[in-house]
Amino acid sequence: MAGFHVLNRTTGDRFTCQDGQSVLKAMEQLGLKCVPVGCRGGGCGYCKIRVLEGEFECGKMSKVHVPPEAVEKGEVLACRIYPLTDLTIECVPLPEAALAKQTTTKSLR
Amino acid sequence: MKKGVMRPGHVQIRVLDMDEAVKHYTDLLGMIETDRDDQGRVYLKAWTEVDKFSLVLREADEPGCDFMAFKVVNEEALNQLERDLVEYGVEVEQVPAEELKDCGRRVRFQVPSGHTFELFADKQYTGKWGLSSVNPEAWPRGLQGMKAVRFDHCLFYGPELAAVYDIFVNVLGFHLAEQVLDPEGTRIAQFLTVSMKEHDIAFIHHEEKGKFHHASFFLETWEDVLRAADLISMTDTSIDIGPTRHGLTHGKTIYFFDPSGNRNEVFCGGDYFYPDHKPVTWQAEQLGKAIFYHDRVLNERFLTVLT
Ligand code: FES
Ligand SMILES: [Fe+2]
Repeated sequence: MAGFHVLNRTTGDRFTCQDGQSVLKAMEQLGLKCVPVGCRGGGCGYCKIRVLEGEFECGKMSKVHVPPEAVEKGEVLACRIYPLTDLTIECVPLPEAALAKQTTTKSLR
Repeated sequence: MKKGVMRPGHVQIRVLDMDEAVKHYTDLLGMIETDRDDQGRVYLKAWTEVDKFSLVLREADEPGCDFMAFKVVNEEALNQLERDLVEYGVEVEQVPAEELKDCGRRVRFQVPSGHTFELFADKQYTGKWGLSSVNPEAWPRGLQGMKAVRFDHCLFYGPELAAVYDIFVNVLGFHLAEQVLDPEGTRIAQFLTVSMKEHDIAFIHHEEKGKFHHASFFLETWEDVLRAADLISMTDTSIDIGPTRHGLTHGKTIYFFDPSGNRNEVFCGGDYFYPDHKPVTWQAEQLGKAIFYHDRVLNERFLTVLT
């Protein structure tokens, strides 16, 4: 079984995800960086993506980052989804709250 | 300890899946499960700790930290601290004895960074795990995984560090051991202690309130930190960074995540503190080195990945 093909439409990256493997883990194992890697536990919301096509199963995810309405729109955490078919995904830009005003320390590096 | 606040007492952490979390904190960190309550919370301690628990896990649909508590020397000190908080304008909430099993009444309050803290004076004394208090052996057999020695400190991210500083230093009697100052002289990180440790709690400035960066557990040696790293690989646990050394506090450390995405640290060493020590200052321009002394650059995750 060759696994499922995942296409990140935002970056053009393609990778294969084995049965039972999360999308984020499959990406990391291939050395790709097309989705940001945070806690890998569904807690931090850093790896949020939108699934445009395909079926998947979800593990437990923090409700602050993925409220039920979001799951319906395919907005999920890459570390907690397990493909059941080939998937097309896209990056979800972090809300500007999380990026721009992250910490005042950020601009000082 | 000049106002009677003695040490970190416990931290309550929210987890997405209790079974996975318990396995992580027992099998991997080597903590010991000591009880469960009818809310489904699980109580754990590290083996050298004399009280019944220092870590409480609560299953919830969002991970993070509910509160961190400090133990104070006695009931009189607790009463006085409560009055001092109220007088300072901090709203306090009474948590009755036994709300956490075998723990006395707690005085709960929120600080302007959005984090909740508690003070308490009493908790069941169970003694060090697996050792007699008379002619004790060096260590108990049967410890798992990293064999965490004690719950040591937490790092929180949130705004209004100056207001938080005032409460911890002026009301609760903490000392500022280390700080990071930006070029304008604004404190963007503060490491506070009530003991001889370089920190019992730390805060880093962040716009969003109430975020949890990590709970940290003490190990004895650098060899133990390397062994912890081996165990993190053996169990395919999500790693953040390390083993490495911090500039701040000079502790030797490794960061990883629990199965719900809460960050953990195990560390050894680090500087010590006496009340006549002046604060150590790191300049924000050197923040990379301050946080990760060897890499001298921050990994993005350290600043942004929180629960
Ligand atoms: S990496 Fe933290 S939620 Fe996926
Ligand atoms: Fe720490």
